[in-house]
Amino acid sequence: MSEETKNISILEGRKGQVWRKGEGGAFVCDRQSLAGSVTQRACAFCGSRVVLYPIADALHIVHGPIGCAAYNWDIRGALSSGPQMHRNSFSTDVSEKEIIFGGEKKLRAALDELIPELKPKAAFVYSTCIVGLIGDDVDAICRQTSAKYGIPVIPVDSPGFKGTKRLGYQAACDSISKLIGTGDTSKVGPLSINLLGEFNIAGEAWMIREYFEKIGIEVVATMTGDGRVDDIRRAHGAKLNLVQCSGSMTALAKLMQETHGIPFKRVSFFGMEDTAKAIYEAAGFFCDEVVMERAKNLVRAEIGEVLPQLKAYRRKLAGKKAALYVGGAFKALSLVTALRALGMRTVLAGTQTGNADDYAALRDICDPGTIIVDDSNPLELAKFVMEKDVDLFIGGVKERPIAFKLGVAFCDHNHERKIPLAGFAGMLNFAEEVASSVLSPVWKYVPRRSGLGMEGVR
Amino acid sequence: MSEDTSMLNEPLHATRNACKVCAPLGAAMVFKGVSGCLPFLHGSQGCATYIRRYMISHFREPVDIASSSFSEEDAIFGGSRNFKAGVGNAILQYEPELIGVATTCLSETIGENMIAMIRDSQKDVEITSRTPLVHVSTPAYNGSHSEGFHAAVKAMVTHFAHIDAPAHASPTLNIMPGMVSCADLRHLRELAGLFGMNAVLLPDYSDTLEGASWDAYHRLSPGGTKVAEIRSMGRSLGSVELGHTLTTGESAGAWLEKSFDVPNFPLGLPMGLRFCDRLMGALAAISGRATPQSLLAERGRLLDSYVDAHKYLSGVKAAVTGEPDLVIAMAGFLSEIGIRPVICATGTKPRHFKELLAGEMEGGIEDVSIIPGSDHHRLEAAVREAKPDLIIGTSKAMPLARALGIPLLRSGFPIHDRFGAQRELTLGYRGTQALFDRIVNALLEHRQESNPIGYSYL
Ligand code: SF4
Repeated sequence: MSEETKNISILEGRKGQVWRKGEGGAFVCDRQSLAGSVTQRACAFCGSRVVLYPIADALHIVHGPIGCAAYNWDIRGALSSGPQMHRNSFSTDVSEKEIIFGGEKKLRAALDELIPELKPKAAFVYSTCIVGLIGDDVDAICRQTSAKYGIPVIPVDSPGFKGTKRLGYQAACDSISKLIGTGDTSKVGPLSINLLGEFNIAGEAWMIREYFEKIGIEVVATMTGDGRVDDIRRAHGAKLNLVQCSGSMTALAKLMQETHGIPFKRVSFFGMEDTAKAIYEAAGFFCDEVVMERAKNLVRAEIGEVLPQLKAYRRKLAGKKAALYVGGAFKALSLVTALRALGMRTVLAGTQTGNADDYAALRDICDPGTIIVDDSNPLELAKFVMEKDVDLFIGGVKERPIAFKLGVAFCDHNHERKIPLAGFAGMLNFAEEVASSVLSPVWKYVPRRSGLGMEGVR
Repeated sequence: MSEDTSMLNEPLHATRNACKVCAPLGAAMVFKGVSGCLPFLHGSQGCATYIRRYMISHFREPVDIASSSFSEEDAIFGGSRNFKAGVGNAILQYEPELIGVATTCLSETIGENMIAMIRDSQKDVEITSRTPLVHVSTPAYNGSHSEGFHAAVKAMVTHFAHIDAPAHASPTLNIMPGMVSCADLRHLRELAGLFGMNAVLLPDYSDTLEGASWDAYHRLSPGGTKVAEIRSMGRSLGSVELGHTLTTGESAGAWLEKSFDVPNFPLGLPMGLRFCDRLMGALAAISGRATPQSLLAERGRLLDSYVDAHKYLSGVKAAVTGEPDLVIAMAGFLSEIGIRPVICATGTKPRHFKELLAGEMEGGIEDVSIIPGSDHHRLEAAVREAKPDLIIGTSKAMPLARALGIPLLRSGFPIHDRFGAQRELTLGYRGTQALFDRIVNALLEHRQESNPIGYSYL
C-alpha cells in the first residue's frame, strides 16, 4: 500500500465505529455523523423520500427550496405497474419572498393546482430544513386541504437536520400509519401478508409477490414498492407482515403489531438461502400443510434452475475478495452469504445506518480479519480497500468512484440499480453483475495491477 | 427591467420537474476547480450528500464535500460549534490548502454570521489558522447552481487577489470560463497558449473532475487553479469572462478591473462564429498578437460546414433549456446557422434574460418564447405548442423528449444518462464544429429513422 493511502488516519471521534474481527474492542453505531467527516449518509428528508416515493398514485410534494426536490427527481428505480406520478418532482421551490413572509400561501396554491389536476389518491407534503424556521403550519394546511378535496393529505416531518436517514424512515412510517386502517378489509383472505421495506427496485417486488402467489399466499400491500394508496389503507387486514432488509420499516411493523395485532417477521430476499428462508417463514406461519408443500416445491424448483448456472460463476469468481458498503446491516448480512455462495470472501463490510443487533450478527458471520465499519467516509473506505486489496466493491453511486479510481470492480446494490437482484433469479443476476465487472480485462491495465504507476510507463 | 419586481406579483404555482438545481452545487464545482481546495457546506449533511451524488453521476469522479452536519439543536441555536468541529475534522482528514465554505438554505435562513464564525474558528484551532476559509453565500432560495457558480468564482477572486502579489512569470490571461466541460477548459487554456499567454482559469476542474486512474487514493484530486495564481490575478494582462449573465452585475472580472486596472472582456460562451470571433478579438487585443493561422483555418472549416449543411437546417426549430449562459450562447449560435430557437427556457430568473437574448439573436425574438424560471412542465407545454424538431437540454429533458418523440441533444448539467459529458467540446471554433456536427447528425438520424424508405445516403 502506498504511503499516501497508509497515511490516511481515522478521526479520533470515529475510532469506535471501526472494528476488526479478531482484534476485539467495543463497537459503536447509531450515532450522529461527525461534522466534517464527509459521511456517505444522506439526511432525514432523504430517508423519508426513499420510503414513501414508490407510492405511485400519491402526490409527493416537497415544501422548501428547490435543491432537495430536484436532487430526488426520478433517481431511484422503484417501478410502478400503473400510475407514474411518483417519478415526478413537485416542489414549492420556496424563494426569498417566502423566507421573509412565509411559505404557506405558496404551498396552498401548489396543492390547489396539483390535486384537482392530477387527482392523486393521497398527497404527502414533505417539510425540508427551513420550513419550520419560517413558521409555516404545514399540519394545518394539510388538514384543510384534505377536507377540501376529500383525500388524505399527510405531512411528512423530515427536515434534514433532524438526523440521519433512519429518522426519515421513522417520519415516513408515521405518515403511512395514518393511511393504514382506513380501508375495507372484508375481501382480505386468511392466508395474507404485507411486504414491508420492499421498494420494487427494478421490479423485485413483482418477483417476490409471484413466489407468494404461487404458494397460495395473498400479498395485500407492498410497502411501498409499486404501492397504491388503497392497498395500504387495507393493509391491516393482512395476517402477517414480512419486513424486508434493514430497519427502514420495522417501526411501522411494530406499530401495526401494537394497533392491529399483526405479528411481523424480518426477512431478506437477497441470496438463495435468505430467499428460501423468507418463503418458509411465511409458509410456516400459517401452519398450512398445502402451503408448506408448495413452498418446498417452489424453492426446490427455483434452486434447481439457478444452482447449475451459479456453479459456472463460482468457478470463475472463487477466492476473490469483496468489500461492501450499503445502507443497513441486515442487507450486508445477506450479501456476505450471497458472496459466499459465489465462493467470494467479504473482507470489509460497512453500512450507513446499521443498528447494534444487526451489526452483532454481521460480526458473527464474518471471517477473521474482516473490517466492520459504521458511517464510513471515502477516505476510510479507500484506505480499507487498498489495505485488503479487494477485487470487488459493492455499494451505491457515491462509492463507485472510490472503487473505479483505484481500479476495483464495482456492483451497484443501491436504489439506483436497474437489474433485479432479489429472489432466486436475482441471485443469478447478482452473479452476472459481479462477474461482468470482476472479470473485465480492464483491471489488468490499471496502475494498481499493472505496476506501472499513474503514467503507465516504467 | 421589470423582471425583478414583477416576480413579486407573479401567480403562485407549483414547480414540476425543475430546470435547475441549487446554488451550493455551483459553488462546490468551483471549489473542486481550485488546487488543494476542499468544498465544505455549512448546513444539513443531506445537501452535501445530494450534491456529491449529482456531481459524481455527471463526472464519474470522486467528489468529496464536507458538511457541518447540522443537528436539531444547531438549527435552533446556531451551528458555530459544528462549524468549528467540522472544519477541524475536515482539515485533519484532508489536509487541504484551503476550504471553500458555502452556506446552505438552513444556515442562510437562521442568519449565521459566517465572517465572525470563520474568524473565530481560525483563532481557535492551531491548524485552522493556516488553512484559509473562503466563504460564499449560496442560499438556494435565491438563484440556482448557475448563480452559485459565479458567486463562488467572485468569492475566490476577492478573497485572494492582492495588490502585493508577485507578478506572473510569463504573460498571463485570466479566464473565468463559467460552467463548462473539462474538455472546454482544456481548449480555453490551449487558445490562450496560441496567443502566447498563460491562462489562470478560474475554476479549472479539468483534471480534478476528469483525471487519470490512481495508484493510491488521493485525499484531494490532483489539479486545479493554484491559490498563488489567483493571488496574482490582479497582475494579469487582462480578463476574459464567459457568460452573458455576468454582464448584469459586478462580476469577478469587473472587480479585478476596478481594483487592479486589469482590462475585463465580458463575453458570451464562445459558441458559433460571432461569439468565437469576439473571443479571438479579445485574445488578440490582450496579447497584442494576431489570431494564429491554425485558428483561422479552423474558422474557415467551420464556416464551410455551415454552408454544406445549411439545407439540412433550414426551417428547423429547436427548444433550448439549461443554465442561462448556455441557453443564450446556444440560441445565438443556432440563430446564425438557420435553426430557429423557438423556445429558450432556463430554470432560474436571471436579470435581463430577455434583453440579453434579444441582443444576440439573428432574426430577432418575435417568434421565440422566452421562459425564465421555467420547469420541465412549462417547457413541455411550450414544446407541445411550438413543435420543435430538436430539444437541446440536460438529461432531465429526456422524459419529455421521449414522450413527444423529439430528438434530444444533451448539453449542460447534469448529463447522467449518457457517457462522456465531461469530454464534450463545445467552445471555440473547434468546439462549435463538434457541436454543429452533432446537431446536424441528430437531425439526419431522426429523419432517417422516421422515414419509411430508409435512404442510406442523405
Ligand atoms: S435546496 Fe437548500 S436545503 Fe435543499 S439541498 Fe440545496 S442547499 Fe440543501
